[in-house]
Amino acid sequence: MANMKQFKNEYQQIVDAHSPKNKVWANSMKAFLVGGIICTLGQGLVYLYMYWGLSFDESSMLSTITLILASMVCTAFNVYDNIGKFGGAGALIPITGFANSMVSSAMEYKKEGYIYGLGAKLFSIAGPVIVFGTIASVVVGIIYYFV
Amino acid sequence: MEMLMEYMKAFVVGGLICVVGQILLDRVKLTNGVIMVTFLIAGAVLTAIGLYQPLVEFAGAGATVPISGFGYALAKGAMDEVAASGIMGAFTGGIKATAAGITAAIVFGYLAAMFSNPKSKS
Amino acid sequence: MGRVGKQTIVFKNPPVISCAYSSVGPKEAAGPLSTYFDHSYEDELLGQDTWEKAESKLIENTIQGLLTRSGKNPTDIEFIFAGDLENQIVASTFGVSSFNIPYFGLYGACSTMGESLCLASMAIGGGMAQTVIAGTSSHYCAAEKQFRYPLEYAGQRTLTQQWTVTGSGYVLVTHGGKGPQVEAITPGKIVDLGISDTFNMGAAMAPAAIDTIVTHLEDTGRRPCDFDAIITGDLGNCGVDIAITLAHKLGYDLKGILNDCGKMIFDNEKQDTHSGGSGCGCSASVFTGYLYKQLLEGKLKRILLVPTGALMSPTSGFQGNTIPGIAHAVSIVMK
Repeated sequence: MANMKQFKNEYQQIVDAHSPKNKVWANSMKAFLVGGIICTLGQGLVYLYMYWGLSFDESSMLSTITLILASMVCTAFNVYDNIGKFGGAGALIPITGFANSMVSSAMEYKKEGYIYGLGAKLFSIAGPVIVFGTIASVVVGIIYYFV
Repeated sequence: MEMLMEYMKAFVVGGLICVVGQILLDRVKLTNGVIMVTFLIAGAVLTAIGLYQPLVEFAGAGATVPISGFGYALAKGAMDEVAASGIMGAFTGGIKATAAGITAAIVFGYLAAMFSNPKSKS
Repeated sequence: MGRVGKQTIVFKNPPVISCAYSSVGPKEAAGPLSTYFDHSYEDELLGQDTWEKAESKLIENTIQGLLTRSGKNPTDIEFIFAGDLENQIVASTFGVSSFNIPYFGLYGACSTMGESLCLASMAIGGGMAQTVIAGTSSHYCAAEKQFRYPLEYAGQRTLTQQWTVTGSGYVLVTHGGKGPQVEAITPGKIVDLGISDTFNMGAAMAPAAIDTIVTHLEDTGRRPCDFDAIITGDLGNCGVDIAITLAHKLGYDLKGILNDCGKMIFDNEKQDTHSGGSGCGCSASVFTGYLYKQLLEGKLKRILLVPTGALMSPTSGFQGNTIPGIAHAVSIVMK
């Protein structure tokens, strides 16, 4: 009689032996390249805005906004997912990845309406970042006050 | 020449932060959402203990563009505001410092999604 | 009709699969089996405005194709057994509603072709009906939206991940008539060996497939070599390797006999699908498109079709549950 339960303990090993592992070296090189380029782009934008006469703080802020906008436009034109397919974490971790996660969910659920679909799902992936970010800033602020 | 050096630093530091993320994805099998939150909190904590500020001064956008830089901006905002206006600053500082980014993301995000549709992949 | 062994039914008057019809999307039509599918769509939206409506349209067109080919009217059909991957199986509901046929909505995840075929055969074999329809479908975009990430999200797919097939397959099962016969079925049990990686479905389902296959062989006293092929639903490349390893440990050599619809439908090298195809539509379209024609032409005499399913939901996954697998075996013979 077939009793699959007998394999329970060794099963993970059997699975690991037959499952191809992601090519972490190749993927890391690509992540380095894509992540590096996006950050360099950010740096270039800061210099550009400073060259145009804005202060450093204003330039940094505007650079971030520009990257967000650029990522959203790329997502809307169905391009950013290909950057992610190639660059992996290199496309996810920069602020552009955060922007992509918002637009991509909103686009996907748009058909469920502008309120319950687009409005509600804008944060379905990015939500935790805002939640934990806000909590972290309050905790850091309070600790900073007492230390 | 000096500017080229700044670009190099941004490229290398930004790239390396992403490599850490890639290794967590491929080997530790963390999911995308967990990685985002982990990097964000790491950025905030490193800022609180004074380690992220030097990295930002060294690498510029290489440290601020990754999501850990968002954590840095939130934590730094809260700390600066606490220093300026007391305990209430802990509640206002973070969002205040990052308001532009969040607002841009929501407004542009809503607009972009209104005028675009997902496409099937092949 | 009679129970044999632990969980197998052998039919005294075998139900006949007298007609089959398959429809697929553009990526499937570009794969190795392209010439076998009855209809393929260039536009994955099928002229609709949502992926969900597109899947319903796919189902409706496939059933219409089946009716037209077999020369039947909807009023000739007594029951329809159908299911899909969408929440509350709405794709099937909206897809079959216009035909006004009494409807059994099924959820067996990607094993639904096996589940619907088993139930249809029981209805016919047990004398409850003369003419029924069974089948299922899946849609890549609708499934991604429901189970994974938005299509435009920049996430990377892992190497063990499979590609949900956009496709549908429906069969006409009748009492008497010409065509391949369902001689026996083995409905499967839920088997869960503790896999929780939702990006490695083949690993979650392989134990269920082997459990059902071995039970079928033991119940009927058959050996693997009595079949021209044993074909699982969507274990994918690594799932098949795992299944062969498990079978070997139980004393069965399935090498060369075990194949998988998910392995057959895409060219993994050219089409970058990683571990192969998956989804209800995978085994449905490969069976109705390719295998059924091989049976009709006599190139295959007896096959054991074993659609496999992973019975999890995004919620159950987030709550830390493992992925339960299931597989139903249908022994089909061409006389």
